[in-house]
Amino acid sequence: MAVEPDLKIELGKQGVVVTTISEIYNWGRRSSVWPMQFGLACCAIEMIATTMARYDLARFGAEVFRPSPRQADLMIISGTITKKMAPQVVRLYNQMAEPRYVIAMGACAISGGPFKQGYNVLKGIDRYIPVDVHIPGCPPRPEALIHAFMMLQKKIDAQPLTGEDRPRHLDAAAQGEFPIPVQGAHDLEPPVNRLVWPLPAPAPSGDCG
Amino acid sequence: MKNAEEILALIRDALPQARVELVLNPSVSAQHSLRVHPADMFAVASFLRENQELVLDYCSNVTGVDWPGKEITEKVKVTKIVDGVEQVVEETVKRTEPGFLEAVYHLYSMKLGPTAPHGPVVIRMRTGNRTDDVSLPSLTPVWRSAEFQEREIFDLFGIVFTGHPDLRRILMWDEFEDHPMRRDYIDPDDYEYEPTPHDEVLKRAADHAKAEVAQ
Repeated sequence: MAVEPDLKIELGKQGVVVTTISEIYNWGRRSSVWPMQFGLACCAIEMIATTMARYDLARFGAEVFRPSPRQADLMIISGTITKKMAPQVVRLYNQMAEPRYVIAMGACAISGGPFKQGYNVLKGIDRYIPVDVHIPGCPPRPEALIHAFMMLQKKIDAQPLTGEDRPRHLDAAAQGEFPIPVQGAHDLEPPVNRLVWPLPAPAPSGDCG
Repeated sequence: MKNAEEILALIRDALPQARVELVLNPSVSAQHSLRVHPADMFAVASFLRENQELVLDYCSNVTGVDWPGKEITEKVKVTKIVDGVEQVVEETVKRTEPGFLEAVYHLYSMKLGPTAPHGPVVIRMRTGNRTDDVSLPSLTPVWRSAEFQEREIFDLFGIVFTGHPDLRRILMWDEFEDHPMRRDYIDPDDYEYEPTPHDEVLKRAADHAKAEVAQ
């Protein structure tokens, strides 16, 4: 149950802090998201720039890049995912502890980008793992990554602790491990995880050739 | 600077048995190349490297080319006996020209360098066909820099380099069976989601949707 904002301000003036468990819990989580230190392609350069002095991601509590998935909360998919790399990305995601979040950064991570029709490029990481925020761009500016980060913080803030919409880490029945695709004779098998990618999209109109 | 004809003459002098021929490039660049029989390639390559006038000690680039087989329709004049009379009849004959794979090496001289630049010297060799006779001698023992690029050709074109020290796939995974740079390669059907399908992609996306509905 949320506190009325006006009442909260009025009480604050009198030196009384009123809050809810979920508010303080989510405030704590969103204020120290630790990203995983791993870059895939040119977007990683922008991600590095975002963490450095000029853009300073530390202002949002995310300055601690962890080289181990066990200690990270956020995976920033920064670049092209080749089909050779995709199983390792899913494996790293599986190794992260809940609660965990994913930002797909750049055209390649979203859809394959300019390499979409290539024989060795995955057409978007959201075929295998759930993505919280997508950033378009090739590569996105550091400001775009910061914006995505703020969107993620808003998303964390809005997560309820109970009920149907509670996050995966508070739901004992939720699926925690995502199947790692196998490198097959012609393609990754399966080519898509239907649980996280429940398309097909509406069939393209027309049978034109 | 020596041109391809002069280099060919040098090779003919030193290795009279070697089967080498000049491949002319009719374009403006006129970058002619030398086609060497695979069996003679090792001797020719060693000669190009060791010869004191050439000293082609640097292999900068190795690449593959796929030449698929093609069907040629020709009109041939044949003399035939029609109704007891000998006549010249025009017949259309179809024949298939078998395809082959080609490996192309670009060579330069580091030692002579800017004082006597020649290069790129282009040498190439062909396989027998595109299916079972795809072995070529590796030139990695001659130029170490060819190692990764020959692996790449093995991976993407399927040329098997005999004598290569470590012939494995380099870009695709080991379980992969196709050769993606061949012209008859068909990429996997993962056209579930195409935001702006058009032309070939639209057709493949529509086919995919039909197949998915049918399942």
